[in-house]
Amino acid sequence: MIPELGHFALILALAMALVLAIMPMIGSLSNTPSWVALARPLAWGQFTFLLIAFACLVNAFLVNDFSVTYVAQHGNTRLPNIYKISAVWGAHEGSLLLWAFILSGWTLAVALFARQLPDVMIGRVLAVMGMISIGFLSFMLFTSNPFARTFPVPLEGGDLNPLLQDFGLAIHPPMLYMGYVGLSVAFSFAIAALVGGKLDISWARWSRPWTTVAWVFLTIGITLGSWWAYYELGWGGWWFWDPVENASFMPWLAATALIHSLAVTEKRGAFKRWTVLLSLLAFSLSLLGTFLVRSGVLTSVHSFAADPARGLFILIFLCIVIGGSLVLYAWRAPNVTSGGEFSALSRESLLLGNNLLLIMITAFILLGTLAPLIYDAFGWGKISVGFPWFNTMFVIFTPFLVLLMGLGPLTRWKQQDAADLVRQFRIALLASLGAGLLAALPLLHEGSVYAGLAVMLSVWLTTTLLLSLRKRLRHRQGFGAFLKDIRARGGGSYYGMLLAHFGVAVFTIGVTFVTLFDVEKDVRMAPGETLELAGYTFRFDGVEKIQGPNYRADRGTLHVSRHGQDVAVLKPEKRTYLVQTRPMTEAGIDAGFFRDIYVSLGEALDAGSWSLRLYYKPLVRWIWLGGILIAIGGLLAAFDRRYRLAVRRDVAATAAPPGDALATEGPA
Amino acid sequence: MSTVKTILLAVLLTLSVSVFAAATLEAFKFTSAADEQHFKELIVELRCLVCQNQSLLDSDAELAHDLRVEVYDMLQAGQADTEIIDFLVARYGDFVLYSPPVKPSTYLLWFGPFVLLAVALVLLVFALRRQRHATDQKPITDMDRQQLDRILGKRGNRTDRES
Repeated sequence: MIPELGHFALILALAMALVLAIMPMIGSLSNTPSWVALARPLAWGQFTFLLIAFACLVNAFLVNDFSVTYVAQHGNTRLPNIYKISAVWGAHEGSLLLWAFILSGWTLAVALFARQLPDVMIGRVLAVMGMISIGFLSFMLFTSNPFARTFPVPLEGGDLNPLLQDFGLAIHPPMLYMGYVGLSVAFSFAIAALVGGKLDISWARWSRPWTTVAWVFLTIGITLGSWWAYYELGWGGWWFWDPVENASFMPWLAATALIHSLAVTEKRGAFKRWTVLLSLLAFSLSLLGTFLVRSGVLTSVHSFAADPARGLFILIFLCIVIGGSLVLYAWRAPNVTSGGEFSALSRESLLLGNNLLLIMITAFILLGTLAPLIYDAFGWGKISVGFPWFNTMFVIFTPFLVLLMGLGPLTRWKQQDAADLVRQFRIALLASLGAGLLAALPLLHEGSVYAGLAVMLSVWLTTTLLLSLRKRLRHRQGFGAFLKDIRARGGGSYYGMLLAHFGVAVFTIGVTFVTLFDVEKDVRMAPGETLELAGYTFRFDGVEKIQGPNYRADRGTLHVSRHGQDVAVLKPEKRTYLVQTRPMTEAGIDAGFFRDIYVSLGEALDAGSWSLRLYYKPLVRWIWLGGILIAIGGLLAAFDRRYRLAVRRDVAATAAPPGDALATEGPA
Repeated sequence: MSTVKTILLAVLLTLSVSVFAAATLEAFKFTSAADEQHFKELIVELRCLVCQNQSLLDSDAELAHDLRVEVYDMLQAGQADTEIIDFLVARYGDFVLYSPPVKPSTYLLWFGPFVLLAVALVLLVFALRRQRHATDQKPITDMDRQQLDRILGKRGNRTDRES
């Protein structure tokens, strides 16, 4: 009975989405306020019904209702409760439901929190979100219904993929989807603005915090995914340029370009058309990401669903969304006036350069991800495009991005004197070149050009950020200057930018050092045997059998010491789950700010000895620390006081006669 | 050919139960650490053909295990990297290489990004040029001045804030 309620709720949500997509849009065009006013209640209704549907599926997992096919496939009585819940989005049908549910959540959030928007605008934004919702809900109802029943009812479920029975992966998909779907808000704002033909600064100001929040979720989602791959897959890697990883990285890059471009549009009125195009692109890449993962067209570590009929549906949906929005763009964008002139050296021009680079990087990742498909489709042979190719390209392109990141904050809007800029960054240039040279020479380590490059870029980024901070605080004195500045000017955007850019510096160092200087050894160890690696002594204390809630495992014990002092006791496991019997490695990790020690258990050999793989991974935590800093920076920027002040000002501007409109467009 | 390969791949996928577990290489004996490093660097760029995107270094599948032994034996026999790679490509095609070989059919892949970059740079230069013209061509009109006076008159005490 309850699954049927869920099914009906889904159908009702689709009905709501249909009305939401049509009525407010037509109302906004035919000037019928009562139709436009339907948007908010419909957003409520859609959310409520999807919440009911979602709750029904969660319930089906919790009570082990194996008459529901999806639960029979991915649930299990012995699954711990937290994984019963995360099993809801552990496979195709449920993750679509999560997608649609999150979309309805974002729709409701826009309806609730975007109070300052004119009704016509909000009606159109919600209508566009309704259209996207129609696509996903009908996809679910017609090809992948999570509530479909099965008969005869199996006694036990097929269990959740053991790879996903992990806390990191329980929360990774919701975060990632919050980001993917959040970009639909930027997309809908752009479409609504194109429909209305009114692409002005207030459009950018409305869209900006929403886009930033979506981008923050995407950042967290990707960081979590990378962390999960590191400790769960058992080979100590944190990024493999897997198609599924790329599918999340491409929208992130496009959204990064978008939030920078939105900044220019909001502050200077420039790049309007480009910003709209990026809004369309970022969400299109999110959809493409969903398509790549869900259709199973690419074989990869994380892709758990494969069904060509579904793939075809998403492909058609993708064509409608991308094609439709581009047609609308081509029709409407030429009418948009370009504003905010700037000279060849200005913050605008540097941000334009940064945007182009980000899109270049997105483009080559897209090329590398799709190349195996393209080559296969055209009969040019089967090829693999893996990490060596991606790393080569990435290392060629990104240093330029970091160089621009350093210059941007020091440069003035509109026009920057070159000599003045050079004078400002002189110290940073010297410091970074010096530090880079030091790191490149074989003084502390064996020395490496790449280490030199990474250190140089990070020092460059950090020192230019400090110079920018000094410039900002130049009128304030003393230790409390920083706090006074925050109190007087707020500046969430500014300090968010500092933190996020600093996160990139931290990330760069982490990636480079762990790639260049990690030490790894495959060994065979008998109980009691000791071994040296990177200055640490590992003593193997044997393996015991343990019993988990739904798995059996061999658990090894390794005692790690350094110069006779205890460092850690690591317990790597090799698990065999009872239903899906593939062996899983659980690495034993001693995490540290400067290094991780990482052990994974291999095979049982003769006489109690085991094969093991030991790793010493310097600065590996900095990779995710960088990601966290970037996300916090984004949050600070999204909740900048300015947006709340802007609310009041916009309301005042709407009330004022049109001649005064210019007054609100000054630099905020 | 490719259908056969797909079917083979599907069969192997279902047979190899240990797709996700990490492999260990303790069974191989090396005369020096440099040799071991060399071996690892070679096999990490080779794709395990039955896995979902894992290298020969990391995969625990049967086939990966056999191929590791094969590559190890060839190395011990003194064969060059290129010979080993040629042998594997002859047997499995370019699919086995994570780093696609540079040849006419992969020029798109290897040089495409740079062509794209060149196009982007040209566009950037054009955009900046057009911007400069736009800046040059627009002197302040009387209407602008009147509007400015009006705004400044109203908000005379407002200071221009950066960023």
